[in-house]
Amino acid sequence: MKREHPLRTAFRKLFQNRLATICFFVLMIELVLILFAPQIAKCDPNETNILLRLRPGFWASSDPKYVPEHWLGTDELGRDIWARLLYGGRVSLMVGFTATAIGLFFGTILGLLAGYYKHLDNVIMRIMDVLFTFPSILLALLIVAMLGVSVKNATIAISIWSIPSFARMIRSRVLQIKQEEYITAIQSLGATDFWILSRHVLSNTLPTIIVIATMRIASAILSIATLSYLGVGVPVPQAEWGGMISSAKTQMFQAPYLIIIPGIAIIITVICFNILGDKLRDILDPNLKD
Amino acid sequence: MEMDKVLDVQNLHAVFRINKKEYEVLHDISFSVRRNETVCIVGESGCGKSVTTLCVMGLLPKNGRVTSGSIRLDNTELTGLSQKAIRKFRGSKMGMIFQEPMTALNPLLTVGYQMRENLILHRGVDRKKANEMAVEYLTKVGIANPEQRLKQFPFQLSGGLRQRVLIAMVLSAQPDLLIADEPTTALDVTIQKQVLALLNHLKKEMNAGIMFITHDLGVVAEIADRIVVLYAGRKVEEGTVEQIFRNPLHPYTVGLINAVPDVEKEEFVIQPIPGMFPNITEEIPGCRFNPRCPHAAECALCSKEAPKMTEAEPGHFAACHLITAGGAQHD
Repeated sequence: MKREHPLRTAFRKLFQNRLATICFFVLMIELVLILFAPQIAKCDPNETNILLRLRPGFWASSDPKYVPEHWLGTDELGRDIWARLLYGGRVSLMVGFTATAIGLFFGTILGLLAGYYKHLDNVIMRIMDVLFTFPSILLALLIVAMLGVSVKNATIAISIWSIPSFARMIRSRVLQIKQEEYITAIQSLGATDFWILSRHVLSNTLPTIIVIATMRIASAILSIATLSYLGVGVPVPQAEWGGMISSAKTQMFQAPYLIIIPGIAIIITVICFNILGDKLRDILDPNLKD
Repeated sequence: MEMDKVLDVQNLHAVFRINKKEYEVLHDISFSVRRNETVCIVGESGCGKSVTTLCVMGLLPKNGRVTSGSIRLDNTELTGLSQKAIRKFRGSKMGMIFQEPMTALNPLLTVGYQMRENLILHRGVDRKKANEMAVEYLTKVGIANPEQRLKQFPFQLSGGLRQRVLIAMVLSAQPDLLIADEPTTALDVTIQKQVLALLNHLKKEMNAGIMFITHDLGVVAEIADRIVVLYAGRKVEEGTVEQIFRNPLHPYTVGLINAVPDVEKEEFVIQPIPGMFPNITEEIPGCRFNPRCPHAAECALCSKEAPKMTEAEPGHFAACHLITAGGAQHD
């Protein structure tokens, strides 16, 4: 007799899909590289060396055995790009995960309340609508402008921006779940609303939560890159992918690799998260197409 | 005798609000359930059977409400109680078994989790004790290897098993009143028999009353002590099983009984009740069954005045002008 949790079945199915598996492992490799950045990169990402400005990387020579000291080259201040890429990824992924987690936490609570209690529905969802009307970057800029430029504030800005979409998705799911007979059955057994919401409704929104959270991480990473590019994300000497592109703007034609390398890092990460989210949605929640 | 009543419903009226207008769905419903007794509520779909159970459980949808009448559970008045107050009675005093065992369990939690949670809530036991009790109750409802079943998810169980699990869950809170809303409709006939026998057995063991909702007269004959026949939100007849099946008084009850195919008869035809069941938005003057009644032509009062409940023989009530007019002749 097989005994498998429905969510585990879903992940088993996920690994039957080749594209999703590749994305998953790319992200895993990325995570390992980023976590062990000090061991892998060897040099300090903020150490400048004016003598080693704009050194090209391995592509400078056609000899495949040629590996320069800085294999991805150096930037306009002579900093090692490989090290900056790894340390920058730490910021991007950390902001991506924390902002999504915070947004998810508040978005889920608001969505559960709005979906379950009819009298709260209008109030909560109209507030969410107000947040929705702000263009996302404008909202983030506004928050950072008020709180000051720092990684923490950028994270707060991005998480606030993601709350309404979480709340909206969870709410629509709760509205469906509320109609299910097992909710009435649990009510008839004398369960309190808090119990029903926290155990039974929440557990059934889990598929939706997994899917939208995966997708959200991608957009959060993109947002922090955008904010850093605009100069309001990560404060300057600290490495961050968007910030790297931003500071390389002036050298764009001299050394295009300065932009291309962090750009590729952003693209790979975002695409992997998106594909993963997309496949998860196909498996967990086929109704959820927005 | 009065002390015996687990549930006593008196003159219950309920309305539903649809498009800002209120329509009466229950009109003057009275019945009671004693300990160790099964009362079957019978009628077509839409006659108010399920609404009656929802009224008792306090689970009417937002647009429905009880306008007057009383529902007494073990001598406690339930109408007018807040949701918070009535919640204390749900599960512990009255338990409900649902029609669809396939959808009445949370699909993402194990059977064990759901049973334990209920036991912890109502019996105030710890996790370990709850597990033991869950095993005990699953055994009681006739489930083999209960330990293994507890670790399974609802989708791994068949319909009959799930219904047993649900019954075990409801029973584990030791309610005085068991409300069963067509609990056998979704099951196949052999399983149906087993579940009915189980309910009958458990009723005696727990000394509880059962309010059984069904439209299946075969089931009624098997399980009921007394029968309440509803038609379009009104009680039309009430009596013991013997009285109702041997001597149905109301033309509607007669129609229902005739509509059951009898394989022993030579000509094997189903006799439907002619006409359509009225919509709740329809206004019907007089007896609500009048437009479909085969005896309507015999009686002038039917379309003018609503018939009153009269006691034809001890414990046997019916609301039909033909009875008051001096003995109805039905075949």
